[in-house]
Amino acid sequence: MEVPILKQGEVLIATFQAALSDADLEHLRRGLVQQVVKFRSRGVIVDVTAMDVMDSFASRTLREIAHMIRLRGAETVIVGIQPEVAFAMVQLGLTLEDVATALDLEEGLAYLSEKFKNID
Amino acid sequence: MSKRENASRDLEARSNVGGEMVRSEAPSELLRELVAHLRQNRTQLREEWVMRIAETRLLTAMTKEEIFAEATSVYDSYVEALETEAFEALQAYARNLSERIIPRGVETHEVVGIVLLLRDVLARSLFAKYQTDFKKLNRILDAYEPAANRIANTVAVGFVQERERVIRQQQEAIRELSTPVLQVRERLLILPIIGVIDPQRARQLTEQLLRGIRTNRAKVVVIDITGVAAMDVTVANHLVQTVEASRLLGATVIVTGLSPEIAQTLVTIGVDLGKMNTVGDLQGGIEQAERLLGYKVVTLAETR
Repeated sequence: MEVPILKQGEVLIATFQAALSDADLEHLRRGLVQQVVKFRSRGVIVDVTAMDVMDSFASRTLREIAHMIRLRGAETVIVGIQPEVAFAMVQLGLTLEDVATALDLEEGLAYLSEKFKNID
Repeated sequence: MSKRENASRDLEARSNVGGEMVRSEAPSELLRELVAHLRQNRTQLREEWVMRIAETRLLTAMTKEEIFAEATSVYDSYVEALETEAFEALQAYARNLSERIIPRGVETHEVVGIVLLLRDVLARSLFAKYQTDFKKLNRILDAYEPAANRIANTVAVGFVQERERVIRQQQEAIRELSTPVLQVRERLLILPIIGVIDPQRARQLTEQLLRGIRTNRAKVVVIDITGVAAMDVTVANHLVQTVEASRLLGATVIVTGLSPEIAQTLVTIGVDLGKMNTVGDLQGGIEQAERLLGYKVVTLAETR
């Protein structure tokens, strides 16, 4: 199942569905990195609210997405990590160190608009 | 008399050394006689027992009247347990008694002590009654002692069990109480940690904090560990993990109140605290949190 990418003003929003294969993740990464320049977006939000398991591949892909988007000139925020998932990730050492995170979509949008304001 | 008969009689009444023929009653009959004796001398024996309790300074937490009232019911249940050899009623009574006297600060040695005193008082009265008939006394004691010991055992075990139940209950209560996640401002949570943190509690703290972050939509969390006396590697690592997990939910964590000892320990054991935001005291932590959230506290005079 592919991840739909929505455009909302200057921001791209990708919402994960419950179960994603590794191929879907790669597909998402390609799509986001392409479209962020195509739409001249300034921010990307990846919503993982629906994920109840986060394995090392998914977590690594998220980090790679964030890094690649930064190289393409935009900001990334991961939103909606569940408390249990967060703790499990930390125990596995998957801490998404240099990636911005926020509670939910609303917070993510607020974070980005704050960021844009600082840049402008 | 045959040898075998002799042996069986020995079992029945161990005092029959040398095979001397004595007509002996069955143990149940002896017990009945014993109970009758105890019922008859109830007032006197009870008073003697209470006197002995006062003499040995047991149950100092209770008044004389209370001791007497309690002694009366203990005495009656004691005799009843001897008579019926049913210990359920006594067990229930012991539990009930423990429930009442544990909050008053009665210790285990006191409860065991008074039951043993009663046993001794009753044994003495038996000595006095049967002093002329040594063999009978022996048989009576044969019947009395196992039952009396079992009663003492039952009461002591009942008391200890009740105590353990109370301790368990209190532990649970402390555990519940000790992990409050408090909101002090919109989007600002405080987690004061007090006391010893074991791995189970650490886990519970983390769970409550992460859930609290979600339900209160917190952006900043101040974890205050002023009340934590010591910290080992496991707990320190757990704290770091909690900080990281909170960040994944989009919340910044500020840790306050690290004591010099804990700071020393953490540096010595080499826990990586680089990812943690630390401030000296809770006040400083809240001030920094407010700065992060864009609050500014000013006195009313300054606003005029």
